[in-house]
Amino acid sequence: MVSGASGPTGKHRRRPRAGRGFRRLLAIYCAVVFVFLMAPLFIVFPISFSAARYLTFPPPGFSWQWYESYLNDPAWIQATITSVKVAFGTTVLATILGTLAAFSLVRGSYPGRAWVDRLVAAPIIVPNIIIAVALYGLFARFKLIGEWYGVMLGHTIYAIPFVVLVVGAALRTFDANQEQAAMGLGASRLKAVWKVTLPQIRPSIVSAAFLAFITSFDELIIALFTSGVNATLPKKMFENIIFEIDPTIAAVSVLQILLVALVVTLASRFGVGVNPIR
Amino acid sequence: MNAVAPARRRGGLFGRGHPHRGPLLLGLPTIVFLLVLFAVPVVQFMLLPVAEGTFEPYVKALTGRLYLQVIWNTFEIAAYVTILAFLLGYPVAYFLTVAPPFWRLIGFFCVLMPFWTSILVRTYAWMVILGRRGVLNEALLALDIIDKPMVLLHSMPTVLLGMVHVLMPFFIFPVYGVMQRIDMNLVAAARGLGAPDWRVFLRVYFPLTLPGVLSGATLVFILSMGFFITPALLGGGRVTMIAVLIEQYVNKFLNWEFAGALSAVLLAATLIVYGLMKWALRGDKRW
Repeated sequence: MVSGASGPTGKHRRRPRAGRGFRRLLAIYCAVVFVFLMAPLFIVFPISFSAARYLTFPPPGFSWQWYESYLNDPAWIQATITSVKVAFGTTVLATILGTLAAFSLVRGSYPGRAWVDRLVAAPIIVPNIIIAVALYGLFARFKLIGEWYGVMLGHTIYAIPFVVLVVGAALRTFDANQEQAAMGLGASRLKAVWKVTLPQIRPSIVSAAFLAFITSFDELIIALFTSGVNATLPKKMFENIIFEIDPTIAAVSVLQILLVALVVTLASRFGVGVNPIR
Repeated sequence: MNAVAPARRRGGLFGRGHPHRGPLLLGLPTIVFLLVLFAVPVVQFMLLPVAEGTFEPYVKALTGRLYLQVIWNTFEIAAYVTILAFLLGYPVAYFLTVAPPFWRLIGFFCVLMPFWTSILVRTYAWMVILGRRGVLNEALLALDIIDKPMVLLHSMPTVLLGMVHVLMPFFIFPVYGVMQRIDMNLVAAARGLGAPDWRVFLRVYFPLTLPGVLSGATLVFILSMGFFITPALLGGGRVTMIAVLIEQYVNKFLNWEFAGALSAVLLAATLIVYGLMKWALRGDKRW
């Protein structure tokens, strides 16, 4: 998870003459920031186990009632299923399209390459709300509102840049001579890529896939506009927050945090991690 | 070009005969996908008024008092969020760079765990903490620090708090990335030449981190300008940002032309900020 613990400047990293007072001050300041960052998570966990009928803190006792209320509500379950379906679809589609684009951008030198680069990165820069409303207009024309694969297409737009970023970085450091060598030994280019290149960048592709999954699973704004009556989990949560704040949503939050933690752990085990720090 | 296998010039899916065209073909599915589902619909949406043969909505969006106020609000909030992200995030990035391994791990956990938690979950938690009968009010009441609950939600500071919480990691990551690569010999040299610590920081260390600060700040600013969830939920309609206004014009007033014009303004502002950052960092190949 933490890279760069060593490095050319490693032994100089600690500033030997920086005063003790400064270090203590830095540690205290950062501790306050860390508490601020973790505060929402610390709050959500106890509330989800609250025995109270309403939202109170600290909870008067322990109970599973909000988890039961989640499991017994078909609307929540339906939303969860929709979200999982959309996220899996997005993962497959975005990983394929993103990997293709990464190959194209890293290996290519065709005219207009710079524009393709911009097109692929644009979904990160263009505000979500604009993409969401534009898609809403498009989907409404083709009667795609409320279809899970419509939401999936929308999420794929948004996930492609992340896949290209991760896979592209791996491709750039991959020594293309290995591919040339395989071809020199008689393999076709396709076979060389399949047997030599892809296995070596597989950890990055796996990480990119996990990233695409999380991106889709957490996405709200596109789903808000295009998922119609088949709400995804974030949309259902959004509506619940607006209309009725009850601790069911805390239980859902905890489950969502655990799921994402699981995905991040899997990604660091089987991929190169989904650490945004490179 | 193809000294390796001239005999198979025209063969192969990847077009060995045209080494420059092959990769273009490879990228074609993605290009078509993004053009059809993203670029064209977005441009079409923003040009809706033009399609109707009028520029009036753009003029209205840029001159109407109410809209100027919202645009100004948006910029103001984005600026505050960026400054706060710097003030809170910079020391954390430094801490992550210099802390001993164990504390660094704790630090990373505290930054990454919330980062991977859904924005919605975090916004909900803030509502629970800051609500009228929320955690904070109840605690302060119990401690007799206040005698009646404070109204914290639906205000500008709350929106800022929620947004900084979401966006701070986007500032920390690039700054940390740059700090990692700084050659501490430069700092040692400045010290060796007798500079006091604050001066070493201001004249040597900080300027070296500037590329990271700039790209982190730009990222935070851009993302703030288009923010929707936090102002919609924590602002409770009282703190209006341009993204919230766009949503209202689509869903409430069904005025797509004006929503398109507002989107054009928002995107233009975003691109200008992004372009300025690119320009400021020109020549710096790492970014």
